[in-house]
Amino acid sequence: MDLDVDRRAVAAVSAGGVLGALTRYAIGAAWPHTPNDFPWSTWLINVSGCFLIGILFTLLARFRPEHRLTRLFLGTGVLGGYTTFSTAEVEVQHAAPTIAITYLAATIAGALLAVWAGSALASISTRSRSAVR
Amino acid sequence: MTFLLVALGAAVGAPLRYLTDRYVQARYGTGFPWGTLAVNVAGSLILGCVLGRPFSPGLTALLGTGFCGALTTYSTFSWETLTFARRGEQATAIAYVLVSLLAGLGAAGLGAILAQAL
Repeated sequence: MDLDVDRRAVAAVSAGGVLGALTRYAIGAAWPHTPNDFPWSTWLINVSGCFLIGILFTLLARFRPEHRLTRLFLGTGVLGGYTTFSTAEVEVQHAAPTIAITYLAATIAGALLAVWAGSALASISTRSRSAVR
Repeated sequence: MTFLLVALGAAVGAPLRYLTDRYVQARYGTGFPWGTLAVNVAGSLILGCVLGRPFSPGLTALLGTGFCGALTTYSTFSWETLTFARRGEQATAIAYVLVSLLAGLGAAGLGAILAQAL
């Protein structure tokens, strides 16, 4: 099996991941919470990251499908490093029962709605732009 | 100082997610995102373990916030779910979400138990 690992691709994902993770860390530090609170900072991070990846991947597929490194840096790296699955799962585990259920449902619903909305917004705005041209 | 540890963890976690995905796709094909599922579940297990132990704030930042945060992803997971739904594969989309969430929660719980036992 030939994995054909491109060092530039790994570097792009790594650099993007650092930027994304530091942004997530800054938001979490500015907006801490206890197990008795709804984890708003992680919720906001995950939902906004899903909205942005919907926009990004839709725009790239339409205008720059050949820009693999842009997709890897911004999508896999920055947004992948910014959003976090593990923190969301552990927060559900640690939260008080009613908050845990609400948080679990609000995260998955918010994330899926956001990725769909981001993608739809990108499609609609680029479609109307090309129609004007 | 903490932000350097977060950066260091993320510098390793994000490319490990990418390489896992590449490896899994090369081996098992691109039909189902087993790579994303694997890193999300593995990251939840490690984070459950890290937060279940009284580690120093620095080590928690390095392994938890940096490494596990960047190893796992909600954005790619959502995009893959949307892609299934758009292809008309609603059952696969629902299964992917349910398996990810349940396995992730189970792994986080198992990590916490392991942390107590160690």
